[in-house]
Amino acid sequence: MVEWTDQERTLIANIFANLDYEDIVKPDVSCHHSLCLRCLIVYPWTQRYFGGFGNLYNADAIMNNPMISAHGVKILHGLDRAVKNMDDIKNAYATLSELHSEKLHVDPDNFRLLSDCLSIVIASKMGYDFTPDLQAAWQKFLTVVVFALGRQYH
Amino acid sequence: MSLNAKDKSLITGIWSKISSKAPELGAEALGRMLTVYPQTKTYFSHWADTSPGSAPVKKHGAVIMAAIGDAVTKMDDLVGGLSSLSELHAFKLRVDPANFKILAHNIHVTIAMYFPADFTAEVHLALDKFLQNLALALAERYR
Repeated sequence: MVEWTDQERTLIANIFANLDYEDIVKPDVSCHHSLCLRCLIVYPWTQRYFGGFGNLYNADAIMNNPMISAHGVKILHGLDRAVKNMDDIKNAYATLSELHSEKLHVDPDNFRLLSDCLSIVIASKMGYDFTPDLQAAWQKFLTVVVFALGRQYH
Repeated sequence: MSLNAKDKSLITGIWSKISSKAPELGAEALGRMLTVYPQTKTYFSHWADTSPGSAPVKKHGAVIMAAIGDAVTKMDDLVGGLSSLSELHAFKLRVDPANFKILAHNIHVTIAMYFPADFTAEVHLALDKFLQNLALALAERYR
């Protein structure tokens, strides 16, 4: 069972309180904030899971693909479940983990790649407010989520 | 995943942008790494203080960032250019190469914080590839 200090709970709750999901996934001109976009560009092999999403041929195509942004919001809402169940993320994610393993067939290493991208996008939004302590709490949270998502794979 | 012409141009571009702040960025990235990944502190047990902003962290962060800046000028032959640094890391420091990836992530986070408009997805991609290649060159002499 994961132990969270009061400080960690507060730090994580604060990030979510100030997070605008639509903003995080929105592709802006310099593409520096959009989450899904960043992951699909920096780790292009992740595009393998989005064959049905139409044109992902280059950064511009990905940037203007509304299905990608919509999917980004969906993923971020998936994190809500973890924030609401911080003391039992493992079980809260059991069905999601099965979904990713049995139906979506996603290599769990991708969860780590996406979580690294998410940390970087949040760092670029928060600037100096993204303190080392905040980064530590946030990445601990994401590590637990990533582990829970990979748990039902067999 | 070798560097193509576009990657190299993006890397020299972002590095010239950040070079005036390089020592500060290095200290920030190193301090973050030691805080967020406490297992990395095992390599610095000889420091009195491993907290972000401490004197040894600032000094060493600057050293690391200067070495990376030098590697940018040697992008076309990282293995050759980093051969003595690789020997140092292999035989004297013996840093587990997995830690290079951890430091690279913290460098990305730091640059994203300080230069959000410049750290576009394409720059992030190029820098990630460069730091991976740098890590490989650094580990070249390990075995």
